[in-house]
Amino acid sequence: MTLTANRAPAKTDPATPVAKRTNPLRFVILAALLALLLIVVAPLLIIAINAVKSPADYATGGPLSLPPHLYWDGIVDFWKRVDFGQKLWNSFITSFTVAVLGVLLSVLNAYALGIGKVKGRLWFLVFFLVANLLPQEVLVYPLYFLSKEVQLYDSLISIVIIFTVIQAAFGTYLLTSVYQEFPTELLDAADVDGAGKLRTLWSVVVPVSRPTLGVLFTFFFIWTWNEFFLPLVFLVSNENQTVPVALGVLQGDRLMDVTMTSSSGLIGILPALLFFLIFQRTLTRGITAGAIK
Amino acid sequence: MPAEGKPFAGPRKGANMRRKGYWPFLVPGVLASILVIVVPLVMTVYTSFTKWNGVGEQRWIGFDNYTRLFEDSLFWGSFSNILLLILAMAVVPTLLGLFLAAVLFDYVAKRFSNRWASLFRSGFYLPQIIPVAVTGIVWGWILHPEYGALNKILESIGLGSLAHNWLGEPGSALYSVMGIMIWVQLGYPIVMFMAGLQRVDPELYEAADLDGASWWQRFRKITVYLIRPEFYVVLVTTTIAALKIFGPIFVLTGGGPSNATLVPSYFAYKNFFEKAQVGYGSAISTVLTVLIIALSIVFLRLQNRAERKA
Repeated sequence: MTLTANRAPAKTDPATPVAKRTNPLRFVILAALLALLLIVVAPLLIIAINAVKSPADYATGGPLSLPPHLYWDGIVDFWKRVDFGQKLWNSFITSFTVAVLGVLLSVLNAYALGIGKVKGRLWFLVFFLVANLLPQEVLVYPLYFLSKEVQLYDSLISIVIIFTVIQAAFGTYLLTSVYQEFPTELLDAADVDGAGKLRTLWSVVVPVSRPTLGVLFTFFFIWTWNEFFLPLVFLVSNENQTVPVALGVLQGDRLMDVTMTSSSGLIGILPALLFFLIFQRTLTRGITAGAIK
Repeated sequence: MPAEGKPFAGPRKGANMRRKGYWPFLVPGVLASILVIVVPLVMTVYTSFTKWNGVGEQRWIGFDNYTRLFEDSLFWGSFSNILLLILAMAVVPTLLGLFLAAVLFDYVAKRFSNRWASLFRSGFYLPQIIPVAVTGIVWGWILHPEYGALNKILESIGLGSLAHNWLGEPGSALYSVMGIMIWVQLGYPIVMFMAGLQRVDPELYEAADLDGASWWQRFRKITVYLIRPEFYVVLVTTTIAALKIFGPIFVLTGGGPSNATLVPSYFAYKNFFEKAQVGYGSAISTVLTVLIIALSIVFLRLQNRAERKA
């Protein structure tokens, strides 16, 4: 609104012929952007169209025709064959637990480093930063070996432990910089009230920083949901697989007909799209905060 | 990105009063990190100096894995593939994203509305939210040689001669993966740069307008200059992501055909879990780790310097 109001005088001002000259250009630029957007979104649209098309209709109409009638068998058959409900639950429970525990661990670390300013905190921060940058390939074999030793191989627990630590490394780094700016008056007030450190953390620091913790929670949840490499190595049996692993290993399966593959793509996209819509506001606020990832 | 450098800022006044007694809060985090990160890291570095198949005896062989690595054409091949993937995952998306972010921020938002700008931003960001396995399904299906949508489309518009086994031929597989990765990555720089542009004082643009600066001049002199911090962050995080790339390769090509799309992380994975050459796989991942850490140090330096100048 304010933008249009600001622009209005410029248009009537004869000293700025720019506004007139750019008028046709405006729509050329908009059309170019729309064309680019279409190219970006087209693969997903093609998947969506063909997910609800029968193989016979695909054979006659090809990939770009709209399905003459909605065909749900591809989705239903795929869902049943891979027991997709189970995969969704596995993904959800791991991502949720990692997000909760990861935020908790980040808060504890950042409280000591950002507010407590413990000795050597610079080195701790460098450590957490490096931990966050390490490629998982350098950790995978020992983790695989050790998890077998302690009977946690092929178990969601191992994935939860590993990702809690990896995500918390990032969270610690981010949250420490936020806590360094924490209003000292609030901490002093808690001191005066005789609150201990733990109570100050729970009743002052955590409530005040809740928006940042919300961003962290969202990141941890989505990142863990999308993880592929370590779950692929650790979750070998069918009933333990997460959504990305199940879809990744089934891809190109001989038993899948043409449109069932795109059905599997669609039911992989939908949860991600749902999170995106739910968390969109938190995310656009937070993506810049997550710059280092 | 001022928030990035802040952990290193000196303690403020009065901080000393509260400094004592906070270390117990650090204990769970440090213990867990030792268990999940430090111990495995040390084990991998140690293993890279041994010959080991994962079950039997581990035999110390010194630098043999590393000398073998530097003579292995697959290893060098995987790194030259990575250079092309850095182009596709870091360089092209960052430059294209910078341009698109400026168009959206300094043109679309002003001449049309903010709503149009955020619509485009969300649309371009969409591929970023999709799990990598699903990206593999989507593109593997579209590029399938027999029933894939791309070949069908080419045939239907009379360009059937261009139809191709996009991911299945050594000549085109890597380029196809590169194209897909540009598609995946583009949204991230756009969102980052548009967020960075929010902190630019609008008066700067207005002043430049009054001085008769063209859009291109404003882009070069104001936009590019002011979002240098974001530019570094994006370029380095995407480069590191390219060095680590595993999932897209696993689901799209499996490193093939005939190693045309092999990358270091997949090369390490194959040695760990398919060939049971754990020592050799450890050497590959150690080299990759050293490379990533070195790059991050360079990045932190550049970033600090850019911040001091600003």
